[in-house]
Amino acid sequence: MESKLNLDPALIEEARGYALSISRDVQGFVDKRTTVSVERAVCRFLGIDGVNPYDVPLPNVVVEHLAAKHLLGEGAAYCLGNAMMKTGLTPQKIAQEIDGGRLDLGSLSYGEASEVFRFIDPLVEESVGLVARNREKRRELIQRLGEGPQPYLYVIVATGNIYEDVVQARAAVRQGADIVAVIRSTGQSLLDYVPYGATTEGFGGTYATQENFRIMRAALDEAGEEAGRYIRLCNYCSGLCMPEIAAMGAIERLDVMLNDALYGILFRDINMQRTLIDQFFSRVINGFTGVIINTGEDNYLTTADAFEEAHTVLASQFINERLALIAGIPEEQMGLGHAFEMDPSIENGFLYELAQAQMSREIFPRAPLKYMPPTKFMTGNIFRGHVQDTLFNVISIWTKQGIQLLGMLTEAIHTPFMSDRYLSIENASYVFNNMRDLGDEIQFKRDGKIQKRANQVLREAVGLLKKIEDDGLFNTLEAGTFAGVKRPIDGGKGLSGVVEKGENYGNPFLEKMLGGART
Amino acid sequence: MSGYSLEKNAHSRELDLTKVKPYGDTMNDGKVQLSFTLPVPAGPEADAAAKLLLKKMGFKEPQIVFSKEMTTGFTFFVAYGESVHAIDYSSIKVQKITAEKMTMEEIDAFIDERIRRKIVIVGASTGTDAHTVGIDAIMNMKGFAGHYGLERYRNFEAYNMGSQVQNEELVAKAIELKADAILASQTVTAKNVHVKNLANLVELLEAEGIRKNIILVAGGARITHELAKELGYDAGFGPGSFAEDVAAFIVHQLESMLANP
Repeated sequence: MESKLNLDPALIEEARGYALSISRDVQGFVDKRTTVSVERAVCRFLGIDGVNPYDVPLPNVVVEHLAAKHLLGEGAAYCLGNAMMKTGLTPQKIAQEIDGGRLDLGSLSYGEASEVFRFIDPLVEESVGLVARNREKRRELIQRLGEGPQPYLYVIVATGNIYEDVVQARAAVRQGADIVAVIRSTGQSLLDYVPYGATTEGFGGTYATQENFRIMRAALDEAGEEAGRYIRLCNYCSGLCMPEIAAMGAIERLDVMLNDALYGILFRDINMQRTLIDQFFSRVINGFTGVIINTGEDNYLTTADAFEEAHTVLASQFINERLALIAGIPEEQMGLGHAFEMDPSIENGFLYELAQAQMSREIFPRAPLKYMPPTKFMTGNIFRGHVQDTLFNVISIWTKQGIQLLGMLTEAIHTPFMSDRYLSIENASYVFNNMRDLGDEIQFKRDGKIQKRANQVLREAVGLLKKIEDDGLFNTLEAGTFAGVKRPIDGGKGLSGVVEKGENYGNPFLEKMLGGART
Repeated sequence: MSGYSLEKNAHSRELDLTKVKPYGDTMNDGKVQLSFTLPVPAGPEADAAAKLLLKKMGFKEPQIVFSKEMTTGFTFFVAYGESVHAIDYSSIKVQKITAEKMTMEEIDAFIDERIRRKIVIVGASTGTDAHTVGIDAIMNMKGFAGHYGLERYRNFEAYNMGSQVQNEELVAKAIELKADAILASQTVTAKNVHVKNLANLVELLEAEGIRKNIILVAGGARITHELAKELGYDAGFGPGSFAEDVAAFIVHQLESMLANP
């Protein structure tokens, strides 16, 4: 792609070099550790599902048992595999026996790790094969039905009741939506378990459960057949259960996942060690299963200023790109985030916003960039809000963004009414169709405001990345560089769920997915 | 239709504050603009149903200017009508915060002269609410829309605890810092969870026996001063409030508390 911004390729290379070194540093830390959520995801892949009479999910029962017996560091795969060899039971049955107090994994004798992993290999193959078939099925459906052009129209449903969500989602598909996200119930990100079954009560959203995934998947497949295009399902692989949600999404063929540790650290006060370890396995799963991840840089600008802090977004995108590559996520699945959050009162704010959006496009040419709508400066004046959303749509089509989270004129008032969604899809469809090839027709003035702005942001991002490389990512987060939020390395939620790997530790799913054939 | 009518309108063109009506382009024309959805298919019956609804809502001459079936069985309408109702504006009384408007400099000077020490404020977006846009706008250095936040004030020690802070944590922090005021923010809420949460904070402060010694302020998109007072707060700030509004209230309140311990 020819640069319209006259960006210096050497600077971009320099930034990628720092990002590589920063992410290696993080990965060195991650590789030595596992978490309760990583091990629960392993349990799920081994076929453990359901809840006990007290509604505690069986993966939690097993992992808590392992922790109590000081076996967590050895990993669920090794311990359960060993138990399967010793008892002849299935993982599900083993979980039930543990729950009933009839089986104590602490009292078993333990075999050679290589032997145990060889023993469970057929089960691992079967589970990884199921996920691979889902990836294949998605490809077939897209081939047969086709898909909407990028930017994909991304809408949210959030009724709290999965069955009502289905009604809203079908309506959105008929109106033109390409991606439907089911917003999670407020606070689910802080639960250290995944609720079970179909749910009809939630606050500001609907619980992410495997059954809810299945219900919405079936509804969107049906709506997609009717609409003649593949409809992507999105959920939130963030919070304390990142790898588990990724595993459930892989099993139920979700297509898009919010998946960003930095977001959890900054905005949910989740412990940074915990969530960076969780993120790695969750991204390996998402990468293997063909899920487009969405990163959360857009959120920085809801607390920090979009003009002054634009370089923090770009720096974080570089880091997220590299952390995704390490986890085997191809660029085509990297929905790096940014947002239209420039203060509307800034003179030429639109030009700066345009510069930043085009800059992201040129620096990450193959990524389906996720562009988020105005929220911070939405006032309740729905008429002006609709205009703000229109300008946002103009920039998106002009700069060829990948995923357009549609702005709602009623942002800051309530979760969208059906009519809000209709108006916003109509707005985006109008702008996208009417201005489809604008980006191919317009060049920017040499050394004009737009080029200067983009180059300035890039230079600042390079400076910041250099500093992060010196300080390390953990220290940078402690210093409050992103979003103006400071987080201590031992603070936040979930740290107690981190353990160092023991000598027999293995995660065969991670190994197969990361090393396995990907297309 | 009515646009071409040369008939004289019957209503008075004079403004009468005891009988105030919505204003379109002529005094007392009562014009109101609405949009809504009915769960029925589009068609003449849908339009007729929408007009009937408007009449029941008290609108004369209802007009459906746009209708569209957004998805099977759901029709969206844009409508106009003339309200038959009038309001006696002159008799309305609303509870509101009486503190005069002050600038940041005036507030800092006020504290210098009359409080003569720094004022400690703890704020958070409490309960399940993950949104900090409200509390950040009031507390963070930068503030919002050109109105600096409390951190910028020379005479405030402002502690913004961020989002999803449990009421217990907020109270503990307030005790630890010997806070003069607590700001509880609620941005996004569903099923009135914000009301329960705000009420719970009051109960906790009362249980700790410090409710009377602390200035308690609620803020958020759906907060009004009246609601806040009902819940046992000293003040509530809704949309369009800035740091100086909150600050002015706090300094005056604190001054009177210090004068009448």
